[in-house]
Amino acid sequence: MAIDPKLAEDLKPHGIHVTTFESLINWGRSSSLWPMQFGLACCAIEMIAATMAKYDMARFGAEVFRPSPRQADLMLVAGTVTKKMAPLVVRLYNQMAEPKYVIAMGACAISGGPFKPGYNVLKGIDRYIPVDIVIPGCPPRPEALLDGLLALRKKIAGEKLIGKQRARHADAKGTAEFPVPEYGPHDLHPTANREIWNPDPVVHEEGADE
Amino acid sequence: MNPDVDAILAHLRETLPDATVELRKNPGPSEQHSLLVAGADLVGVCRVLHDELHFDYLSNVTGIDWPDPAVAGKVVPPEAESEPSEKGFLEVVYHLFSHPDRVGPLVLRVRTGDRDQKVEVPSVVSVWRSAEFQEREIFDLFGVRFTDHPDLRRILMWDEFVDHPMRKDYVAPDDFEYEPTPHAAVLERAKKHYPSQPDE
Repeated sequence: MAIDPKLAEDLKPHGIHVTTFESLINWGRSSSLWPMQFGLACCAIEMIAATMAKYDMARFGAEVFRPSPRQADLMLVAGTVTKKMAPLVVRLYNQMAEPKYVIAMGACAISGGPFKPGYNVLKGIDRYIPVDIVIPGCPPRPEALLDGLLALRKKIAGEKLIGKQRARHADAKGTAEFPVPEYGPHDLHPTANREIWNPDPVVHEEGADE
Repeated sequence: MNPDVDAILAHLRETLPDATVELRKNPGPSEQHSLLVAGADLVGVCRVLHDELHFDYLSNVTGIDWPDPAVAGKVVPPEAESEPSEKGFLEVVYHLFSHPDRVGPLVLRVRTGDRDQKVEVPSVVSVWRSAEFQEREIFDLFGVRFTDHPDLRRILMWDEFVDHPMRKDYVAPDDFEYEPTPHAAVLERAKKHYPSQPDE
């Protein structure tokens, strides 16, 4: 139910704040994101810089890096995800409690980045876990990470808790667990979770590659 | 400073008269000549180099894959004419330094019999402990089996992996099905996933 904005404004001088349960919860969630403390490669250095005094991620309520997935609700995939590491990243994500969010930071976490031709690099962590925000860059500057964090806050603030458009964590049928890929003889098995990773086929235009 | 390989070779011939050690000249300006050692004599040679010639530091161990020249095309070992090898072989290269004498690198080379069955090379962990992880890496990426290695497991790839990625005939898994902006090598890989074209 929407609130009459005029009524809300009129009540404010009297010390009465009118809001919805949804926006109150979303405000709380978006204002105290606890990232999980782990980094995979050089992007993690920029992530560390973003938390330190000069860029000060604490301004946005995301300074409490937790060394346990049980206490974290934001996974910053900061760096190259090798195929050997990918099952562990998915397992850590599964161990986080809902609501949980993922930021894929940097070219490697998005697509494999400069290491894409390598046999041992996962071509994007979104093959196995749902990614909310992607931050391009190699590595992204701390400002870009803060921008991504603000975008995530905006996304959380707009989350629906009821109705058909409700967020995954508010849906009784939504899953908090995603299959952990297994080590195969040549590659991870499966190579992607097709339930969440099903990109549109790339349209190949004749002569466009030349 | 490069070591005096001729003097080292003379010393080895004197102390280990039965060992098979050959001098391989490097014609390049670096003049880093190498000693080609038979696998069976490797540990004895290394022991002499370490104890008597003060090569106390094993800086680097690496591998080379020399496939069958007929299969590999232009990738042939430099002495292929003098040593026809029908099945190809794997080579392990050691770089030794001596801190007391301030010389190095002394390059040792050891070859396997072929690339599939006779891939054993004796481990030099008993001489230089630092060889342990480097030999594991070569085992992982090239498939050389180091006999008497204390803990020969894969070090980079997972244990269930069966291939040896640094071999020249290794075929990497094809996971380039979604490439919105491919270029260079990735473009070539991504093209295999494009819809088939009538001309080809």
